[in-house]
Amino acid sequence: MIIPLQHILIFSLLLFATGLYGVLVRRNIIGILISIELMLNAANLNLIAFSKSTSLAPETGQIFAIFVIAIAATAAAVGLAIVLALYRVRKTVYTDEVNLLKW
Amino acid sequence: MEILELFSKIGIYATMALVLVFALGVVALRNLFHCALCLAAVLIGTAMIYVALHAEFLAAVQILVYVGAVMTLVIFVIMLTEHLGGKTIRQTNRQSPAAIIGLSGIVVLLGTLLMKTPWPVTAKALDAKVSVMSLGKALMGTYAFPFEVISVILIACLIGAIVIAKKDVSEKGPS
Repeated sequence: MIIPLQHILIFSLLLFATGLYGVLVRRNIIGILISIELMLNAANLNLIAFSKSTSLAPETGQIFAIFVIAIAATAAAVGLAIVLALYRVRKTVYTDEVNLLKW
Repeated sequence: MEILELFSKIGIYATMALVLVFALGVVALRNLFHCALCLAAVLIGTAMIYVALHAEFLAAVQILVYVGAVMTLVIFVIMLTEHLGGKTIRQTNRQSPAAIIGLSGIVVLLGTLLMKTPWPVTAKALDAKVSVMSLGKALMGTYAFPFEVISVILIACLIGAIVIAKKDVSEKGPS
């Protein structure tokens, strides 16, 4: 391990907080999806850092990072398909203009 | 060797700083296409940190799947929906100050917790070399069932995405 584990954890915490800020603040649904990708990326970084330093079976963290990447790809595909369908029906991609089910 | 290690340390910290700058670009820029390009830079920087952590296979997967596939998808959808937006529409809602205050609280709390926790660093894990072969053996041995479940989820999501996104020819949607 070239740099201490804490520094990687702090870095991924900052990355996660940035992504969470994007999710909370963005109006555009595609922007929210991009920020979710940032958060998943930070989680992956944590998994790999722990698998490098503390785990008993060294493959475990990397295997779970692969699973997270696969799930993130499916989430992006389904989310963007929903955005396209929404855009076709309502002609908007802004979250506060999609209020059909709100009263 | 000493000076080589020093240079690699400097390189890793510089990569981390650059990735954080690009991450701020992802959440703060107004033009969504620039956000997508910043996200690609963040993903490539993270892949470089994976290489520094001796996870070369993960770095390759990250480049192929994220930068290759997911980014292409995102950019396609941005180009399909962009033209209504224009540059003048407000891109953020009014919760920005509250979000900054709450998130800085969370970051300070978790950061102190992270620095105070004594993480057990085992020598066995530090010495271990994870090759692609051992990853494949674990994937096909210990984690065979989750692997199959992931493939079922993948095919279901792809079919679902096609069904959701395709045009309805039989009936016209509400206009």
